[in-house]
Amino acid sequence: MSPLKDNSIFSWTYESVANTLGGPEWLAYGLGAMAVIMVVVNGFLLIGTIFTWMERKVVSRFQSRVGPNRVGPFGILQAIADAVKLLFQEDIVPRRADRLLFNAAPIVMLAPSLLALAVIPFGSGSYVADINIAVLYVVGMSGIASLAVLMAGYSSGNKLALLGSMRAVAMLLSYEIPLVMALLGITILAGSMSMVDIIEAQSVPFLLVSPLGALIFLIAMSAELNRPPFDVTEAESELVGGYLTEYSGMKFGVFYLAEFSNVVLAGALFAILFLDGWEWAVLPSHLWFLIKVFGFLFVASWVRATLPRMRIDHILAFAWKYLFPLSLVNVVALAMETIAWPDPSPVQLWMMIAINWGIAFTAIPLMSLVTNLGTPARAGQRVVQTEEVN
Amino acid sequence: MENAFKEFAFWSLAVVTVLGAFGVVRTHNMFRAALLLVVSFVGVAGIFALVNAEFLAVVQLLVYAGGVAVLVIFAAMITSNVTESNSSTRAQPFAVLVSLLLLSALVFSVVQAEWSLLPDVLPEPLAAVFVDTPAAIGRLLLDQFLLPFEIAGVLLLAAVIGALSLVRER
Repeated sequence: MSPLKDNSIFSWTYESVANTLGGPEWLAYGLGAMAVIMVVVNGFLLIGTIFTWMERKVVSRFQSRVGPNRVGPFGILQAIADAVKLLFQEDIVPRRADRLLFNAAPIVMLAPSLLALAVIPFGSGSYVADINIAVLYVVGMSGIASLAVLMAGYSSGNKLALLGSMRAVAMLLSYEIPLVMALLGITILAGSMSMVDIIEAQSVPFLLVSPLGALIFLIAMSAELNRPPFDVTEAESELVGGYLTEYSGMKFGVFYLAEFSNVVLAGALFAILFLDGWEWAVLPSHLWFLIKVFGFLFVASWVRATLPRMRIDHILAFAWKYLFPLSLVNVVALAMETIAWPDPSPVQLWMMIAINWGIAFTAIPLMSLVTNLGTPARAGQRVVQTEEVN
Repeated sequence: MENAFKEFAFWSLAVVTVLGAFGVVRTHNMFRAALLLVVSFVGVAGIFALVNAEFLAVVQLLVYAGGVAVLVIFAAMITSNVTESNSSTRAQPFAVLVSLLLLSALVFSVVQAEWSLLPDVLPEPLAAVFVDTPAAIGRLLLDQFLLPFEIAGVLLLAAVIGALSLVRER
Protein backbone atom coordinates (compact mmCIF):
# COMPACT_ATOMS: atom_id res chain seq x y z
CA MET A 1 0.00 0.00 0.00
CA SER A 2 2.73 2.47 0.88
CA PRO A 3 5.73 2.28 -1.42
CA LEU A 4 6.96 5.61 -0.06
CA LYS A 5 9.20 3.78 2.39
CA ASP A 6 10.79 1.73 -0.41
CA ASN A 7 11.54 4.80 -2.48
CA SER A 8 15.27 5.50 -2.73
CA ILE A 9 14.88 9.30 -2.70
CA PHE A 10 12.70 9.04 0.39
CA SER A 11 14.91 6.62 2.27
CA TRP A 12 18.08 8.60 1.43
CA THR A 13 16.60 11.87 2.74
CA TYR A 14 15.03 10.11 5.70
CA GLU A 15 18.26 8.44 6.75
CA SER A 16 20.46 11.48 6.23
CA VAL A 17 18.12 13.65 8.32
CA ALA A 18 17.48 11.05 11.00
CA ASN A 19 21.02 9.65 11.36
CA THR A 20 23.51 12.25 10.16
CA LEU A 21 21.79 15.40 11.39
CA GLY A 22 20.05 13.68 14.29
CA GLY A 23 16.70 15.36 13.72
CA PRO A 24 13.44 14.06 15.19
CA GLU A 25 11.54 11.31 13.35
CA TRP A 26 8.64 13.47 12.14
CA LEU A 27 11.06 15.98 10.61
CA ALA A 28 12.89 13.24 8.73
CA TYR A 29 9.58 11.79 7.55
CA GLY A 30 8.29 15.17 6.42
CA LEU A 31 11.50 16.15 4.60
CA GLY A 32 11.71 12.74 2.92
CA ALA A 33 8.13 13.02 1.67
CA MET A 34 8.81 16.60 0.53
CA ALA A 35 11.84 15.44 -1.45
CA VAL A 36 9.74 12.86 -3.30
CA ILE A 37 7.00 15.40 -4.01
CA MET A 38 9.59 17.93 -5.27
CA VAL A 39 11.05 15.44 -7.73
CA VAL A 40 7.66 14.24 -9.03
CA VAL A 41 6.04 17.67 -9.38
CA ASN A 42 9.05 19.42 -10.91
CA GLY A 43 9.77 16.56 -13.27
CA PHE A 44 6.15 16.63 -14.42
CA LEU A 45 6.09 20.40 -14.89
CA LEU A 46 9.39 20.21 -16.77
CA ILE A 47 7.88 17.71 -19.21
CA GLY A 48 4.87 20.04 -19.52
CA THR A 49 7.21 22.91 -20.39
CA ILE A 50 9.08 20.81 -22.93
CA PHE A 51 5.72 19.90 -24.45
CA THR A 52 4.83 23.58 -25.00
CA TRP A 53 7.98 23.87 -27.13
CA MET A 54 7.45 20.50 -28.81
CA GLU A 55 3.89 21.28 -29.81
CA ARG A 56 4.83 24.64 -31.34
CA LYS A 57 7.60 22.93 -33.25
CA VAL A 58 5.44 20.00 -34.46
CA VAL A 59 2.48 22.19 -35.44
CA SER A 60 4.74 24.54 -37.37
CA ARG A 61 6.27 21.64 -39.29
CA PHE A 62 2.72 20.53 -40.18
CA GLN A 63 2.05 24.05 -41.46
CA SER A 64 5.36 24.29 -43.37
CA ARG A 65 6.78 26.82 -40.94
CA VAL A 66 9.97 26.64 -38.88
CA GLY A 67 8.59 27.46 -35.46
CA PRO A 68 10.61 28.83 -32.54
CA ASN A 69 14.30 28.68 -33.49
CA ARG A 70 16.03 31.71 -31.93
CA VAL A 71 16.43 30.97 -28.20
CA GLY A 72 18.87 28.13 -27.60
CA PRO A 73 19.49 25.16 -29.92
CA PHE A 74 16.33 24.48 -32.01
CA GLY A 75 14.58 27.13 -29.91
CA ILE A 76 14.30 24.78 -26.95
CA LEU A 77 14.69 27.62 -24.44
CA GLN A 78 11.69 29.43 -25.93
CA ALA A 79 9.43 28.29 -23.07
CA ILE A 80 11.81 29.81 -20.51
CA ALA A 81 12.00 33.06 -22.45
CA ASP A 82 8.18 33.15 -22.55
CA ALA A 83 7.97 32.54 -18.81
CA VAL A 84 10.41 35.39 -18.12
CA LYS A 85 8.37 37.66 -20.38
CA LEU A 86 5.15 36.73 -18.55
CA LEU A 87 6.81 37.34 -15.16
CA PHE A 88 7.70 40.90 -16.11
CA GLN A 89 4.32 41.70 -17.60
CA GLU A 90 2.06 44.11 -15.73
CA ASP A 91 -0.43 42.29 -13.50
CA ILE A 92 -3.79 43.65 -14.66
CA VAL A 93 -6.97 42.98 -12.71
CA PRO A 94 -10.18 44.38 -14.27
CA ARG A 95 -12.05 46.89 -12.13
CA ARG A 96 -15.23 44.80 -12.15
CA ALA A 97 -13.40 41.61 -11.23
CA ASP A 98 -13.95 39.64 -8.05
CA ARG A 99 -10.32 39.99 -7.01
CA LEU A 100 -10.08 37.01 -4.62
CA LEU A 101 -11.64 34.50 -7.01
CA PHE A 102 -9.77 36.01 -9.97
CA ASN A 103 -6.45 35.35 -8.24
CA ALA A 104 -7.45 31.93 -6.91
CA ALA A 105 -8.70 30.48 -10.23
CA PRO A 106 -5.25 29.66 -11.75
CA ILE A 107 -4.26 27.86 -8.54
CA VAL A 108 -7.46 25.81 -8.51
CA MET A 109 -6.75 24.96 -12.14
CA LEU A 110 -3.19 23.70 -11.61
CA ALA A 111 -3.52 22.05 -8.19
CA PRO A 112 -5.78 19.09 -9.16
CA SER A 113 -3.48 17.96 -11.96
CA LEU A 114 -0.54 17.99 -9.53
CA LEU A 115 -2.61 16.07 -6.97
CA ALA A 116 -3.49 13.47 -9.60
CA LEU A 117 0.24 12.74 -10.00
CA ALA A 118 0.17 10.90 -6.66
CA VAL A 119 -1.25 7.75 -8.26
CA ILE A 120 0.67 7.80 -11.57
CA PRO A 121 3.39 5.12 -11.75
CA PHE A 122 6.31 6.55 -13.76
CA GLY A 123 8.28 3.34 -13.90
CA SER A 124 8.39 -0.05 -12.28
CA GLY A 125 8.07 0.62 -8.55
CA SER A 126 8.26 4.43 -8.75
CA TYR A 127 4.97 5.90 -7.67
CA VAL A 128 3.90 7.90 -4.65
CA ALA A 129 0.80 5.85 -3.78
CA ASP A 130 -0.90 2.76 -5.16
CA ILE A 131 -4.51 3.10 -4.01
CA ASN A 132 -7.25 0.71 -5.09
CA ILE A 133 -9.37 3.51 -6.57
CA ALA A 134 -6.65 5.31 -8.54
CA VAL A 135 -8.64 5.59 -11.78
CA LEU A 136 -11.63 7.12 -10.01
CA TYR A 137 -9.31 9.46 -8.10
CA VAL A 138 -7.84 10.89 -11.30
CA VAL A 139 -11.33 11.47 -12.71
CA GLY A 140 -12.38 13.16 -9.47
CA MET A 141 -9.39 15.47 -9.63
CA SER A 142 -10.02 16.42 -13.26
CA GLY A 143 -13.60 17.30 -12.30
CA ILE A 144 -12.33 20.10 -10.07
CA ALA A 145 -10.85 21.85 -13.12
CA SER A 146 -14.37 22.72 -14.28
CA LEU A 147 -14.81 24.70 -11.05
CA ALA A 148 -11.66 26.66 -11.84
CA VAL A 149 -13.01 27.45 -15.29
CA LEU A 150 -16.27 28.74 -13.80
CA MET A 151 -14.33 30.78 -11.22
CA ALA A 152 -12.18 32.37 -13.90
CA GLY A 153 -15.14 33.12 -16.15
CA TYR A 154 -17.33 34.59 -13.45
CA SER A 155 -14.69 36.58 -11.58
CA SER A 156 -13.35 38.31 -14.70
CA GLY A 157 -16.48 40.47 -14.81
CA ASN A 158 -16.55 40.12 -18.59
CA LYS A 159 -19.45 38.86 -20.70
CA LEU A 160 -17.28 36.95 -23.13
CA ALA A 161 -15.32 35.27 -20.34
CA LEU A 162 -18.57 34.23 -18.66
CA LEU A 163 -19.97 32.84 -21.91
CA GLY A 164 -16.73 31.01 -22.60
CA SER A 165 -16.69 29.42 -19.18
CA MET A 166 -20.37 28.36 -19.44
CA ARG A 167 -19.64 26.67 -22.76
CA ALA A 168 -16.50 25.06 -21.38
CA VAL A 169 -18.29 23.62 -18.37
CA ALA A 170 -21.22 22.32 -20.44
CA MET A 171 -18.64 20.55 -22.62
CA LEU A 172 -16.56 19.26 -19.68
CA LEU A 173 -19.61 17.79 -17.96
CA SER A 174 -20.88 16.14 -21.16
CA TYR A 175 -17.58 14.53 -22.08
CA GLU A 176 -16.92 13.31 -18.55
CA ILE A 177 -19.55 10.60 -19.08
CA PRO A 178 -18.01 8.83 -22.12
CA LEU A 179 -14.59 9.28 -20.51
CA VAL A 180 -15.68 7.51 -17.32
CA MET A 181 -17.39 4.80 -19.39
CA ALA A 182 -14.15 4.17 -21.31
CA LEU A 183 -12.29 3.91 -17.99
CA LEU A 184 -15.02 1.57 -16.72
CA GLY A 185 -14.28 -0.77 -19.62
CA ILE A 186 -10.62 -0.85 -18.62
CA THR A 187 -11.57 -1.49 -15.00
CA ILE A 188 -13.73 -4.44 -16.08
CA LEU A 189 -10.88 -5.88 -18.16
CA ALA A 190 -8.25 -5.49 -15.44
CA GLY A 191 -10.58 -6.32 -12.55
CA SER A 192 -9.09 -3.46 -10.54
CA MET A 193 -8.91 0.34 -10.41
CA SER A 194 -5.31 0.43 -9.19
CA MET A 195 -2.89 1.72 -11.83
CA VAL A 196 -0.25 -0.88 -10.97
CA ASP A 197 -2.77 -3.73 -11.17
CA ILE A 198 -4.02 -2.43 -14.52
CA ILE A 199 -0.49 -2.42 -15.96
CA GLU A 200 0.19 -5.89 -14.62
CA ALA A 201 -3.10 -7.17 -16.05
CA GLN A 202 -2.05 -6.22 -19.61
CA SER A 203 -0.45 -9.28 -21.14
CA VAL A 204 -1.47 -7.63 -24.42
CA PRO A 205 -1.81 -3.79 -24.38
CA PHE A 206 -5.44 -2.78 -23.86
CA LEU A 207 -5.19 -0.62 -26.98
CA LEU A 208 -5.50 -3.89 -28.91
CA VAL A 209 -8.06 -5.49 -26.60
CA SER A 210 -10.37 -2.49 -26.42
CA PRO A 211 -9.88 -0.29 -29.52
CA LEU A 212 -13.30 1.33 -29.12
CA GLY A 213 -12.50 2.26 -25.52
CA ALA A 214 -9.17 3.78 -26.58
CA LEU A 215 -10.85 5.85 -29.30
CA ILE A 216 -13.57 7.10 -26.93
CA PHE A 217 -10.91 7.90 -24.32
CA LEU A 218 -8.86 9.88 -26.86
CA ILE A 219 -11.85 11.92 -28.08
CA ALA A 220 -13.34 12.55 -24.64
CA MET A 221 -9.92 13.41 -23.26
CA SER A 222 -9.20 16.01 -25.91
CA ALA A 223 -12.54 17.61 -25.04
CA GLU A 224 -11.70 17.54 -21.33
CA LEU A 225 -8.40 19.21 -22.15
CA ASN A 226 -10.02 21.96 -24.23
CA ARG A 227 -7.88 21.02 -27.20
CA PRO A 228 -8.81 21.27 -30.86
CA PRO A 229 -11.21 20.25 -32.34
CA PHE A 230 -12.97 20.99 -29.04
CA ASP A 231 -11.39 24.36 -28.15
CA VAL A 232 -14.63 26.39 -28.29
CA THR A 233 -13.77 28.10 -25.03
CA GLU A 234 -10.94 29.88 -26.74
CA ALA A 235 -12.71 30.31 -30.06
CA GLU A 236 -10.94 33.54 -31.00
CA SER A 237 -13.43 34.37 -33.73
CA GLU A 238 -16.41 34.23 -31.36
CA LEU A 239 -15.31 34.75 -27.77
CA VAL A 240 -11.95 36.60 -27.85
CA GLY A 241 -10.15 34.27 -25.43
CA GLY A 242 -13.00 32.66 -23.52
CA TYR A 243 -12.43 32.56 -19.78
CA LEU A 244 -8.79 33.53 -20.29
CA THR A 245 -9.68 36.89 -21.87
CA GLU A 246 -8.87 39.04 -18.84
CA TYR A 247 -5.84 37.10 -17.67
CA SER A 248 -2.35 38.39 -18.28
CA GLY A 249 1.13 38.01 -16.86
CA MET A 250 2.00 35.01 -14.76
CA LYS A 251 -1.65 34.21 -13.95
CA PHE A 252 -2.15 33.52 -17.63
CA GLY A 253 1.15 31.65 -17.52
CA VAL A 254 -0.16 29.34 -14.81
CA PHE A 255 -3.31 28.62 -16.84
CA TYR A 256 -1.16 27.94 -19.89
CA LEU A 257 1.12 25.64 -17.92
CA ALA A 258 -1.86 23.81 -16.37
CA GLU A 259 -3.34 23.28 -19.82
CA PHE A 260 -0.15 21.75 -21.19
CA SER A 261 0.64 19.73 -18.06
CA ASN A 262 -2.87 18.29 -18.22
CA VAL A 263 -2.08 17.00 -21.70
CA VAL A 264 1.05 15.34 -20.30
CA LEU A 265 -1.07 13.84 -17.52
CA ALA A 266 -3.52 12.55 -20.13
CA GLY A 267 -0.58 11.05 -22.01
CA ALA A 268 0.59 9.30 -18.85
CA LEU A 269 -2.94 7.96 -18.31
CA PHE A 270 -3.15 6.72 -21.90
CA ALA A 271 0.24 5.05 -21.58
CA ILE A 272 -0.82 3.32 -18.36
CA LEU A 273 -4.32 2.30 -19.36
CA PHE A 274 -3.86 1.36 -23.00
CA LEU A 275 -0.14 0.96 -23.73
CA ASP A 276 0.96 -1.29 -20.89
CA GLY A 277 2.58 1.51 -18.85
CA TRP A 278 6.29 1.08 -18.29
CA GLU A 279 6.51 -2.53 -19.51
CA TRP A 280 8.40 -3.54 -22.65
CA ALA A 281 11.71 -5.19 -23.48
CA VAL A 282 15.36 -4.05 -23.32
CA LEU A 283 15.14 -0.36 -22.33
CA PRO A 284 14.71 0.70 -18.66
CA SER A 285 11.11 1.14 -17.51
CA HIS A 286 11.19 4.92 -16.97
CA LEU A 287 12.46 5.46 -20.50
CA TRP A 288 9.70 3.30 -21.99
CA PHE A 289 7.13 5.24 -20.05
CA LEU A 290 8.52 8.56 -21.35
CA ILE A 291 8.60 7.25 -24.93
CA LYS A 292 4.94 6.21 -24.71
CA VAL A 293 3.92 9.54 -23.17
CA PHE A 294 5.73 11.49 -25.88
CA GLY A 295 4.13 9.26 -28.50
CA PHE A 296 0.74 10.35 -27.17
CA LEU A 297 1.87 13.99 -27.09
CA PHE A 298 2.94 13.80 -30.74
CA VAL A 299 -0.48 12.40 -31.72
CA ALA A 300 -2.13 15.19 -29.70
CA SER A 301 -0.14 17.85 -31.60
CA TRP A 302 -0.94 16.09 -34.86
CA VAL A 303 -4.69 16.26 -34.10
CA ARG A 304 -4.33 19.94 -33.19
CA ALA A 305 -2.61 20.72 -36.46
CA THR A 306 -5.07 18.75 -38.58
CA LEU A 307 -8.68 19.12 -37.41
CA PRO A 308 -10.75 22.33 -37.62
CA ARG A 309 -12.74 23.56 -34.64
CA MET A 310 -16.27 22.20 -34.13
CA ARG A 311 -19.30 24.31 -33.28
CA ILE A 312 -20.51 24.15 -29.65
CA ASP A 313 -23.92 22.58 -30.44
CA HIS A 314 -22.26 19.98 -32.66
CA ILE A 315 -19.80 19.20 -29.87
CA LEU A 316 -22.55 18.62 -27.30
CA ALA A 317 -24.68 16.60 -29.75
CA PHE A 318 -21.64 14.50 -30.60
CA ALA A 319 -21.04 13.69 -26.93
CA TRP A 320 -24.62 12.71 -26.11
CA LYS A 321 -25.86 11.19 -29.35
CA TYR A 322 -22.74 9.48 -30.63
CA LEU A 323 -20.04 8.96 -28.05
CA PHE A 324 -22.30 8.02 -25.14
CA PRO A 325 -24.17 5.15 -26.89
CA LEU A 326 -20.89 3.96 -28.36
CA SER A 327 -19.32 3.85 -24.89
CA LEU A 328 -22.31 1.84 -23.62
CA VAL A 329 -21.75 -0.69 -26.43
CA ASN A 330 -18.09 -0.88 -25.44
CA VAL A 331 -18.80 -1.48 -21.74
CA VAL A 332 -21.49 -4.12 -22.39
CA ALA A 333 -19.28 -5.99 -24.87
CA LEU A 334 -16.29 -6.01 -22.52
CA ALA A 335 -18.44 -7.07 -19.54
CA MET A 336 -19.95 -9.98 -21.49
CA GLU A 337 -16.52 -11.12 -22.66
CA THR A 338 -15.16 -10.92 -19.12
CA ILE A 339 -18.06 -13.03 -17.84
CA ALA A 340 -17.55 -15.58 -20.61
CA TRP A 341 -13.77 -15.79 -20.14
CA PRO A 342 -12.95 -14.64 -16.60
CA ASP A 343 -9.30 -15.65 -16.93
CA PRO A 344 -8.55 -15.67 -20.67
CA SER A 345 -5.94 -17.99 -22.11
CA PRO A 346 -3.84 -16.53 -24.99
CA VAL A 347 -6.18 -18.06 -27.58
CA GLN A 348 -9.26 -16.68 -25.87
CA LEU A 349 -7.54 -13.31 -25.54
CA TRP A 350 -6.89 -13.15 -29.28
CA MET A 351 -10.51 -14.17 -29.94
CA MET A 352 -11.56 -11.31 -27.66
CA ILE A 353 -9.34 -8.92 -29.61
CA ALA A 354 -10.85 -10.07 -32.90
CA ILE A 355 -14.40 -9.66 -31.59
CA ASN A 356 -13.66 -6.19 -30.20
CA TRP A 357 -12.09 -4.96 -33.43
CA GLY A 358 -15.14 -6.36 -35.27
CA ILE A 359 -17.45 -4.48 -32.91
CA ALA A 360 -15.44 -1.28 -33.35
CA PHE A 361 -15.48 -1.45 -37.14
CA THR A 362 -19.24 -2.12 -37.28
CA ALA A 363 -20.38 0.12 -34.42
CA ILE A 364 -18.54 3.29 -35.49
CA PRO A 365 -20.01 3.55 -39.05
CA LEU A 366 -23.40 2.21 -37.90
CA MET A 367 -23.67 4.88 -35.21
CA SER A 368 -22.74 7.62 -37.67
CA LEU A 369 -25.50 6.39 -40.03
CA VAL A 370 -28.08 6.34 -37.22
CA THR A 371 -27.26 9.63 -35.52
CA ASN A 372 -26.75 11.69 -38.70
CA LEU A 373 -24.87 14.52 -37.02
CA GLY A 374 -24.24 17.72 -38.91
CA THR A 375 -24.38 16.11 -42.34
CA PRO A 376 -24.74 18.62 -45.21
CA ALA A 377 -28.36 17.58 -45.90
CA ARG A 378 -29.46 18.23 -42.35
CA ALA A 379 -27.57 21.48 -42.08
CA GLY A 380 -29.29 22.58 -45.28
CA GLN A 381 -32.74 21.78 -43.88
CA ARG A 382 -31.98 23.85 -40.82
CA VAL A 383 -31.11 26.88 -42.91
CA VAL A 384 -34.34 26.58 -44.91
CA GLN A 385 -36.37 26.33 -41.73
CA THR A 386 -34.86 29.43 -40.14
CA GLU A 387 -35.45 31.39 -43.34
CA GLU A 388 -39.11 30.40 -43.27
CA VAL A 389 -39.41 31.60 -39.69
CA ASN A 390 -37.85 34.92 -40.58
CA MET B 1 3.29 9.96 15.96
CA GLU B 2 0.72 8.62 13.56
CA ASN B 3 -2.08 9.27 16.02
CA ALA B 4 -0.96 12.84 16.60
CA PHE B 5 -0.91 13.38 12.85
CA LYS B 6 -4.40 11.90 12.47
CA GLU B 7 -5.68 14.08 15.29
CA PHE B 8 -4.20 17.17 13.64
CA ALA B 9 -5.59 16.22 10.24
CA PHE B 10 -9.04 15.54 11.66
CA TRP B 11 -9.27 18.86 13.47
CA SER B 12 -8.01 20.92 10.55
CA LEU B 13 -10.47 19.17 8.22
CA ALA B 14 -13.29 19.63 10.71
CA VAL B 15 -12.53 23.34 11.03
CA VAL B 16 -12.39 23.74 7.22
CA THR B 17 -15.70 21.89 6.82
CA VAL B 18 -17.57 23.83 9.47
CA LEU B 19 -16.13 27.22 8.50
CA GLY B 20 -16.97 26.52 4.85
CA ALA B 21 -20.55 25.61 5.75
CA PHE B 22 -20.81 28.70 7.96
CA GLY B 23 -19.51 30.83 5.11
CA VAL B 24 -22.20 29.44 2.80
CA VAL B 25 -24.95 30.90 4.95
CA ARG B 26 -23.13 34.12 5.87
CA THR B 27 -21.74 35.38 2.57
CA HIS B 28 -23.99 37.59 0.47
CA ASN B 29 -22.46 36.72 -2.86
CA MET B 30 -24.23 33.62 -4.16
CA PHE B 31 -21.32 32.58 -6.37
CA ARG B 32 -18.91 32.68 -3.45
CA ALA B 33 -21.44 30.79 -1.31
CA ALA B 34 -21.49 27.98 -3.89
CA LEU B 35 -17.69 27.85 -3.89
CA LEU B 36 -17.61 27.73 -0.09
CA LEU B 37 -20.01 24.80 -0.34
CA VAL B 38 -17.31 23.07 -2.41
CA VAL B 39 -14.76 23.79 0.35
CA SER B 40 -17.10 22.15 2.84
CA PHE B 41 -17.58 19.13 0.54
CA VAL B 42 -13.83 18.74 0.14
CA GLY B 43 -13.41 18.83 3.92
CA VAL B 44 -15.95 16.03 4.28
CA ALA B 45 -14.11 14.04 1.59
CA GLY B 46 -10.92 14.48 3.59
CA ILE B 47 -12.60 13.12 6.72
CA PHE B 48 -13.81 10.10 4.71
CA ALA B 49 -10.25 9.50 3.52
CA LEU B 50 -9.00 9.78 7.09
CA VAL B 51 -11.19 6.87 8.24
CA ASN B 52 -9.97 4.62 5.38
CA ALA B 53 -13.09 5.12 3.25
CA GLU B 54 -11.12 6.17 0.15
CA PHE B 55 -13.87 5.14 -2.23
CA LEU B 56 -16.43 7.31 -0.44
CA ALA B 57 -13.96 10.19 -0.34
CA VAL B 58 -13.39 10.12 -4.09
CA VAL B 59 -17.08 9.68 -4.86
CA GLN B 60 -17.78 12.63 -2.59
CA LEU B 61 -15.32 14.71 -4.62
CA LEU B 62 -16.63 13.44 -7.95
CA VAL B 63 -20.35 13.77 -7.27
CA TYR B 64 -20.54 16.74 -4.91
CA ALA B 65 -17.54 18.93 -5.74
CA GLY B 66 -17.48 18.05 -9.44
CA GLY B 67 -21.18 17.59 -10.20
CA VAL B 68 -23.62 19.04 -7.68
CA ALA B 69 -21.56 22.17 -7.00
CA VAL B 70 -21.19 22.94 -10.71
CA LEU B 71 -24.96 22.61 -11.17
CA VAL B 72 -25.54 24.89 -8.18
CA ILE B 73 -23.17 27.45 -9.69
CA PHE B 74 -24.93 27.21 -13.04
CA ALA B 75 -28.25 27.87 -11.33
CA ALA B 76 -26.75 30.73 -9.35
CA MET B 77 -25.26 32.32 -12.47
CA ILE B 78 -28.55 32.21 -14.33
CA THR B 79 -30.45 33.94 -11.50
CA SER B 80 -30.25 37.72 -11.59
CA ASN B 81 -28.35 39.78 -8.99
CA VAL B 82 -25.86 37.07 -8.15
CA THR B 83 -23.71 39.44 -6.13
CA GLU B 84 -26.31 41.14 -3.97
CA SER B 85 -29.16 38.70 -3.34
CA ASN B 86 -29.52 36.41 -0.32
CA SER B 87 -31.47 39.17 1.42
CA SER B 88 -34.08 38.55 4.09
CA THR B 89 -37.47 37.28 3.01
CA ARG B 90 -40.80 36.72 4.70
CA ALA B 91 -40.07 33.00 4.92
CA GLN B 92 -37.14 33.59 7.26
CA PRO B 93 -38.77 32.64 10.61
CA PHE B 94 -40.10 29.46 9.03
CA ALA B 95 -36.63 28.64 7.65
CA VAL B 96 -35.07 29.18 11.07
CA LEU B 97 -37.64 26.82 12.59
CA VAL B 98 -37.01 24.08 10.03
CA SER B 99 -33.22 24.38 10.39
CA LEU B 100 -33.46 24.20 14.18
CA LEU B 101 -35.66 21.09 13.94
CA LEU B 102 -33.23 19.46 11.52
CA LEU B 103 -30.25 20.36 13.70
CA SER B 104 -31.87 18.92 16.82
CA ALA B 105 -32.82 15.73 14.97
CA LEU B 106 -29.23 15.32 13.78
CA VAL B 107 -27.68 16.06 17.16
CA PHE B 108 -30.17 13.70 18.81
CA SER B 109 -29.35 10.83 16.46
CA VAL B 110 -25.59 11.39 16.83
CA VAL B 111 -25.83 11.41 20.64
CA GLN B 112 -28.21 8.46 20.80
CA ALA B 113 -26.37 6.21 18.36
CA GLU B 114 -24.35 3.42 19.95
CA TRP B 115 -20.89 4.00 18.53
CA SER B 116 -18.74 0.92 18.92
CA LEU B 117 -15.06 0.86 18.05
CA LEU B 118 -13.88 -1.83 15.65
CA PRO B 119 -11.51 -4.42 17.13
CA ASP B 120 -7.85 -4.13 16.15
CA VAL B 121 -7.92 -7.42 14.27
CA LEU B 122 -10.99 -7.48 12.07
CA PRO B 123 -13.19 -10.58 11.56
CA GLU B 124 -13.07 -12.06 8.06
CA PRO B 125 -15.94 -10.41 6.09
CA LEU B 126 -15.04 -6.95 7.45
CA ALA B 127 -11.31 -7.29 6.79
CA ALA B 128 -11.98 -7.86 3.07
CA VAL B 129 -14.05 -4.66 2.94
CA PHE B 130 -11.15 -2.58 4.20
CA VAL B 131 -8.72 -4.07 1.70
CA ASP B 132 -10.88 -3.68 -1.42
CA THR B 133 -13.74 -1.28 -0.72
CA PRO B 134 -15.12 -0.86 -4.28
CA ALA B 135 -15.41 -4.61 -4.83
CA ALA B 136 -17.11 -5.09 -1.46
CA ILE B 137 -19.56 -2.26 -2.13
CA GLY B 138 -20.30 -3.66 -5.59
CA ARG B 139 -20.99 -7.12 -4.22
CA LEU B 140 -23.32 -5.74 -1.53
CA LEU B 141 -25.20 -3.58 -4.07
CA LEU B 142 -25.82 -6.48 -6.46
CA ASP B 143 -26.57 -8.99 -3.72
CA GLN B 144 -28.05 -7.82 -0.45
CA PHE B 145 -29.28 -4.40 -1.58
CA LEU B 146 -30.35 -5.31 -5.11
CA LEU B 147 -33.90 -4.01 -4.75
CA PRO B 148 -33.03 -0.48 -3.54
CA PHE B 149 -30.30 -0.36 -6.21
CA GLU B 150 -32.80 -1.24 -8.93
CA ILE B 151 -35.33 1.26 -7.58
CA ALA B 152 -32.69 3.99 -7.72
CA GLY B 153 -31.95 2.97 -11.31
CA VAL B 154 -35.62 3.20 -12.31
CA LEU B 155 -35.89 6.58 -10.59
CA LEU B 156 -32.90 7.89 -12.54
CA LEU B 157 -34.35 6.53 -15.79
CA ALA B 158 -37.63 8.34 -15.06
CA ALA B 159 -35.68 11.56 -14.41
CA VAL B 160 -33.77 11.18 -17.70
CA ILE B 161 -36.99 10.62 -19.65
CA GLY B 162 -38.56 13.62 -17.93
CA ALA B 163 -35.59 15.82 -18.83
CA LEU B 164 -35.70 14.61 -22.44
CA SER B 165 -39.42 15.32 -22.77
CA LEU B 166 -38.85 18.84 -21.41
CA VAL B 167 -36.23 19.75 -24.02
CA ARG B 168 -37.75 17.85 -26.96
CA GLU B 169 -37.92 19.80 -30.21
CA ARG B 170 -41.54 20.24 -31.24
